[in-house]
Amino acid sequence: MPTATCRVFLVDDHRLFLSGVRAELADRVEIVGEAVDVESAIEGIRATQPDVVLLDVHLPGGGGRTVIEAIRRDRPQAVFLALSVSDAAEDVIGVIRAGARGYVTKTISADDLAAAIDRVRDGDAVFSPRLAGFVLDAFAGDLPPGAAIDPELDQLTPREREVLRLIARGYTYKELARRLGVSTKTVETHVSSVLRKLQLSSRHELTRWATDRRLV
Amino acid sequence: MQRLARSRDDRVIAGVCAGIARRLGVDPVVVRLAAVVLALANAVGVVIYVGAWAMLPEQPATDEPDLDRRGERAEDSRAGLKSALAVGCITVGILILLKSVLPRFPNGLVWPATLVAVGFGVVWARADEADRSRWRGALLGEADGTLTGRGLWLRLACGGTLLICGFGWFLSTNSALSDLGTVGVAVLATILGIGVLLGPWVRTLFNQLGAERRERIRSEQRAEMAAHLHDSVLQTLALIQRQADSPQQSRSLARRQERELRAWLFDDRTPASTAAAQRLVAVLDQISDDVEADHDVTLDVVAVGDCPVDPRVEALVAAIREAVVNAAKHSGEPEVSVYVEVTDDGINAYVRDRGKGFDPAAVLGDRRGIADSIIGRMARVGGVASIRSGPGEGTEVVLRLPLESGEEE
Repeated sequence: MPTATCRVFLVDDHRLFLSGVRAELADRVEIVGEAVDVESAIEGIRATQPDVVLLDVHLPGGGGRTVIEAIRRDRPQAVFLALSVSDAAEDVIGVIRAGARGYVTKTISADDLAAAIDRVRDGDAVFSPRLAGFVLDAFAGDLPPGAAIDPELDQLTPREREVLRLIARGYTYKELARRLGVSTKTVETHVSSVLRKLQLSSRHELTRWATDRRLV
Repeated sequence: MQRLARSRDDRVIAGVCAGIARRLGVDPVVVRLAAVVLALANAVGVVIYVGAWAMLPEQPATDEPDLDRRGERAEDSRAGLKSALAVGCITVGILILLKSVLPRFPNGLVWPATLVAVGFGVVWARADEADRSRWRGALLGEADGTLTGRGLWLRLACGGTLLICGFGWFLSTNSALSDLGTVGVAVLATILGIGVLLGPWVRTLFNQLGAERRERIRSEQRAEMAAHLHDSVLQTLALIQRQADSPQQSRSLARRQERELRAWLFDDRTPASTAAAQRLVAVLDQISDDVEADHDVTLDVVAVGDCPVDPRVEALVAAIREAVVNAAKHSGEPEVSVYVEVTDDGINAYVRDRGKGFDPAAVLGDRRGIADSIIGRMARVGGVASIRSGPGEGTEVVLRLPLESGEEE
């Protein structure tokens, strides 16, 4: 448990879900505000300056992506964790590329959600198995001939692939670290590096793949 | 009453005459004779014959009425062809009459006039009453602002002039056959005139029809969506309300519905049970539906890549299913992770739980489930299965199916 409680802002257009999350997280984090659409979310986040914004991918008025882009323009250090029932790849990849530090599905348990919030607040990335699958798929295969390849950004290292595979197989960071014989910190470094690549890579596949590929 | 169609069994050229005769209830010979006479008269018969050949459908193979084509407009289209034919006949008749009364009546006018009349008859008569009244409105400049005012008069004037020029040409060409070039120009001028007169109106018409069709498609889609939501989501919600005291059943109902709805929204609307079942990802979905319905577990299925399901992949899928069911039954944990990756050289599958685990060495001997259904099954199709487990450590079943050996080298 962190020393100071984390200040969290909730954004979700589903009021029922909001109250559920509020009840579950009430004694683990400090909830400083809530919003149900893009406009009130941007306003509220500017006013309360939370540590972490828990953000629904789908929102009336432009989606979670719009919120991230608006806030990060004048406050790039803002931290977002995307939360969704939608597993459509293009939505998930979209919010991550806009700047979210992680993605979890709404079926996540309260404990795992609290842990994920702490993790993104500390600057690490949170990958659900599903997101790991999406990323592996997005970075699979060769770049089309003629594309400008930046090996630093457009390719995953074998170790990063291994880490993503294990996450997709359902391993937690701790289990993963034990399995690979490294520290949890090393695992976090790998995942953060994947996140950076996901956000910065100009890899052609990312956009094309996201639009013409629909995974479960 | 027979439909007007080209005869299939009684034909000299394309069955047009026999078809017409059958429709009119006269002997085909009469119609054929008439056709021959018309063909000799300035080749009018030939033109009509070719036109009918192109327009008339071939008679269905049996005498059964062709159900597919009998939409609600069948009645209309029969009437349409009938009146088109009538218009054509009347025109030809009048022209022949004129020709015999007025010796100087130009030959060149006979067949273009007939064609125009037939075409007009077809277009007009095939339309239903609503279309007709709209066309009338559009023609008179009522329906659409673009057809009113000076523009309309300008077009009328231009078109009229061209028409008059065309006619003048016709009338001045007494020996039309010896001067085909002039006739061609005259025809061109006439057609141009008609184009100028009717072009914008035709375009408006097409736009209107397109807009209507789009609107109809939209409302059909809405209706389909509403029907689907009613059959699936609303029914499930009702079921969940009734089973509110059984959280396990509610949960599995909700999960099942979620999957189904997602598949419907994102997977090209193929029902998971039929066509989509031929792809690996769809089959995995099916498995997780079934297992979640039978056991109180949640499956987290992640798939990278996809491939068609052949018998070997089927064996892999069966092994995955067995591993998942084992985890659901014995692990004591409510969550099972399934990860399947299709790569260039094969398929890797992992089924993992965080449950109580077991000692593989102690259990493998007497548990036929694992030995036969997983390890044996994989071995038979050239694959490998390994199990990593220990008491208190959870269990992971790793399956690997290499690409068909024949394809490798």
